[in-house]
Amino acid sequence: MRELLELLEHDARRPADELAAMLHRSEYEVQQQINQLEKDKIILSYNTLINWEKFGDNTVTSIIEVNLTPEREVGFDAIAERIYRFDEVRTVYLMSGSFDLLVIIEGKSLQDVANFVATRLSTIEGVTATRSHFMLKPYKKDGVIIDNKEHDRRLVVTP
Amino acid sequence: MNRNWKERISPTVNAIPPSGIRRFFDIAAEMEDVVSLGVGEPDFVTPWSIRESCVYGLEQGYTSYTANRGLLELREEIVRLQQRRFGLEYNAAENVLVTVGVSEALDLAMRAILCPGDEVLIPEPCYVSYGACAALAGGKAVPVPARIENEFRITPEDLEAHLTPRTKILLIGYPNNPTGAVMSRRELVAIADFAEKHDLIVISDEIYGDLTYGGEDHVCFAALPGMQERTILLNGFSKAYAMTGWRIGYALANPTIIAAMTKIHQYTMLCAPITAQIAGVEALRHGEKYMKKMVAEYDKRRRLIYDGLTKMGLECFEPKGAFYIFPSIRSTGYTSEEFAEKLLMTEHVALVPGNAFGACGEGYIRCSYATSVDKISEALARIEHFLQNHPK
Repeated sequence: MRELLELLEHDARRPADELAAMLHRSEYEVQQQINQLEKDKIILSYNTLINWEKFGDNTVTSIIEVNLTPEREVGFDAIAERIYRFDEVRTVYLMSGSFDLLVIIEGKSLQDVANFVATRLSTIEGVTATRSHFMLKPYKKDGVIIDNKEHDRRLVVTP
Repeated sequence: MNRNWKERISPTVNAIPPSGIRRFFDIAAEMEDVVSLGVGEPDFVTPWSIRESCVYGLEQGYTSYTANRGLLELREEIVRLQQRRFGLEYNAAENVLVTVGVSEALDLAMRAILCPGDEVLIPEPCYVSYGACAALAGGKAVPVPARIENEFRITPEDLEAHLTPRTKILLIGYPNNPTGAVMSRRELVAIADFAEKHDLIVISDEIYGDLTYGGEDHVCFAALPGMQERTILLNGFSKAYAMTGWRIGYALANPTIIAAMTKIHQYTMLCAPITAQIAGVEALRHGEKYMKKMVAEYDKRRRLIYDGLTKMGLECFEPKGAFYIFPSIRSTGYTSEEFAEKLLMTEHVALVPGNAFGACGEGYIRCSYATSVDKISEALARIEHFLQNHPK
């Protein structure tokens, strides 16, 4: 099961017959396992990592530190939920340290992001402070080096 | 001046045939869209932590010679590894020699031991340099064909048939390049008994020892009862840590043999490169997790290629070590070289004809799966296309 997940995490488009061969199992069995993993929400979604900068998009990514006042009973969860429901919000983590939530948002422009922070995020009840950082250049994302210059330098045939 | 220069080259060197791989390399190197299953080295780049340690070493000014036998630090790590992995006790001061790859270690071992005319039993198919090394050291390579019925593992009976009073060395290399065969403990014990009975020195090339699959762990020949003293154990970093170009390996043997090998090494090589030795220390201290990851990856590719070749009707046994698979192409009617050449020309897939690894490799081809899954899939599709469109 772990091996299957690792293969899919690396390349979700791998056909079932190849997966089956690599895992020494039948195609049917692999398909069943994938279905089950999807049903159990262990596999959440199949995404594609896209180099949008290269495509020509100038989206703005902002990483925002958010401080909160926790609520009785639910702690940070209710506020986090209020934040992650916005489409602009890509990622939300509860953090240890000097702030509580790390929020990553994407917008079309600086203005767009600034607006969102000022009018939406800061105004949520329980949010006591925000500090925004703008991402300038991605080098590595989810284990993938964005501009990987390493290539196969081996000779074509060696003993 | 019209001198015949060939006459002036040593007859020993003239007598050695050029590597059978060379010709295919020359053709394949010219092609643009070639998919290669012909590469005998990992497709991974050396793990960054190992590369980084070398860079740091250079920054700190580690650019000098080292002791002939290698950095003590590295020898100690090598000794610890044998202890940890096989329960073998060696002494870093007198049992270890760090060499420029296993290739140098093999050459040193042969030269240290062989007298003119001494014979070396070499199970084939095997790595291309074994026979040449024996001949260059003045010895005589005696090929012992391993049998396909036995999945290319060697038996005492196979060896017995080629034994003479001049036999001095038995040279084995398991997990095997090119067949991917591994020997079980029981099979190796039988070989050990044979070595004992005939008082042979055993050179065991275990460079692929970390690359075994399917649950059976590698059995180190030196760790078999009574074998440590008569075994020259060769290993290195090239395959397990993806460090082929660093040129670093080592030999472990009894103090007398190591002293003899060191004598040649100190006059011909002086020492292995210090940069590679520093990287080697890092590999043994912190590299295991990267190595395990690479092995897991090879394992998946191994199953994929075995499945693919078997499905298209090429007979092969499931390899249990290294990163090669050795299918038979007899059913096609082609010789190994015809098959390899025609496949290269029509489908642009490079692989190595089996006879490059000894006469008994005729009728087989070596496919390396040290390449990405996508490339393996592409190569399999092209081979299948070839089989359907180019019957002999």
